[in-house]
Amino acid sequence: MSVAEQSIAGAEARGHGFLASSVGRKIVMAASGIVLFGFVTVHMIGNTQAYMGAKSLNAYAEFLHGMLHGGGIWIFRAVLLTATGLHVWSATTLTLDNLAARPVGYRAQQSVASTWASRTMRWSGVILAVFIVFHLLHLTTGQLHPAFKAPQGHEYFAYDNFVSGFKVPAVAAFYIVAQLCLGLHMWHGVWSFTQTLGLSHPRYEGLRRNFATGLTLLVVGVNISYPVAVITGFIH
Amino acid sequence: MSKHLNLTLHVWRQKNTSCDGKFVEYPAENVSPDMSFLEMLDVVNEGLIRKGEDPITFDHDCREGICGTCSMVINGRPHGPKERTTTCQLHMRSFQDGESITLEPWRAEAFPVLRDLMVDRTAFDRIIAAGGFISVPTGSPQDANALPIPKENAELAMDAAACIGCGACVAACPNASAMLFVSAKINHLGQLPQGQPERYSRVRDMIAQMDAEEFGTCTNHGECEIACPKGIKMENIARMNRDFLKASLTYRPAVVGGGAG
Ligand code: HEM
Ligand code: SF4
Ligand code: FES
Repeated sequence: MSVAEQSIAGAEARGHGFLASSVGRKIVMAASGIVLFGFVTVHMIGNTQAYMGAKSLNAYAEFLHGMLHGGGIWIFRAVLLTATGLHVWSATTLTLDNLAARPVGYRAQQSVASTWASRTMRWSGVILAVFIVFHLLHLTTGQLHPAFKAPQGHEYFAYDNFVSGFKVPAVAAFYIVAQLCLGLHMWHGVWSFTQTLGLSHPRYEGLRRNFATGLTLLVVGVNISYPVAVITGFIH
Repeated sequence: MSKHLNLTLHVWRQKNTSCDGKFVEYPAENVSPDMSFLEMLDVVNEGLIRKGEDPITFDHDCREGICGTCSMVINGRPHGPKERTTTCQLHMRSFQDGESITLEPWRAEAFPVLRDLMVDRTAFDRIIAAGGFISVPTGSPQDANALPIPKENAELAMDAAACIGCGACVAACPNASAMLFVSAKINHLGQLPQGQPERYSRVRDMIAQMDAEEFGTCTNHGECEIACPKGIKMENIARMNRDFLKASLTYRPAVVGGGAG
């Protein structure tokens, strides 16, 4: 068979599906990553109300649950669950493809351009997945929260749960570690999705990096301040 | 004349694709710093032949940095420590007396080792055959100035066309991804008017073939860009992704049997 015939056979065998293709799945990963990092940014901003006292934060919880007669929060949950599912699916299949693409490694490979964040994406991602499950069982449903106060009617105890939750040092420590992983994941991810979605131009090169760094420092910095504020007694 | 070097080579030796390979140590003595890296290997090989041993097999052809054949990973970096340099353009003055040098083949599922440092890169040929061409009516050549081409596009196309298909990008990528190579070919043709008719089928076909060859996927580490001896930029990958997205969103399946007439 000639080289040309071999390539056409290969392309046909693989099919032309967007989701089957590596670049298609990269685009799914980037798009779902944007939804997730948009969520973490808004979540971080919403929680700053913890600094305004119990009333503010509890009212915010009530507002979230009351949107569109209680339907709003389920729309958000559905979007986030879908985005998380697509993200984990694309990340897993792409990672497996990448491992298979280099079955024999180098004895002496040097990393010149890659960063610690870019090389640990799969690990920061896995820790984030564990963290997300823990976080939901801790502050949303309360199974892993020893002093959890469930909502009563239209009264929410987000503030009390938040303060009593972070009083446990191991829990506060896990939140902080997870936020550091979020930082690594976001710092590479935010830059990476601009590249994946084709947003590259020499004029905006510096902007892309600085945007990733600035957003990461902001989100991670503010998020880490919550457990620290409780532990130091600043919020009580 | 500058001082000669004595070096220790740790070379990957493998009889053929199906055999297991291993590292073997060879001394390289009295090496002139003015030799190219391949000349140093030639001298080592002459010594091996004189002793009745098998010489180290490595790929090479032009020995002037234009054919892309001289693939080997030198101390963990494709084509060695110098940027924008192929192995044949690397000189022994880039090494220190007494240094140990590890030599490995390109490592990728898509590039099986044929022997020692030589790998099979026909996967690249099949990617080109899948779409890395333009279809032109042949005949007497058109006047060179008949097609206006903006200077910026001409330059971007020329920069992408500098790719010599060496595969260093695949070798350097922790995922053995061929995205830099494929994107160079896509942009070399896609920036020019002659490349427009097949622009959107090309990007889908070449990426489908790239996947079928089992190259890895890009995670934007950036190792390829540093390893590339021709300075191909990752910006090409971003531009290829943009074309791929547009091509996938606007793809119409071919009409079987022609349109209603
Ligand atoms: C649920 C657990 C998660 C897992 C298992 C996971 C895993 C991964 C993996 C393996 C990658 C590819 C790494 C690479 O390209 O080098 C990735 C990329 C990315 N992740 Fe996650 N991740 C998770 C959560 C998140 C969260 C919470 C966010 C948002 C803050 C996020 C945003 C991103 C972005 C923006 C990218 C870059 C996409 C691209 O390269 O274009 N991920 N993720
Ligand atoms: S992009 Fe650079 S490293 Fe990759 S094949 Fe072309 S010349 Fe070689
Ligand atoms: S032998 Fe041709 S580029 Fe090195």
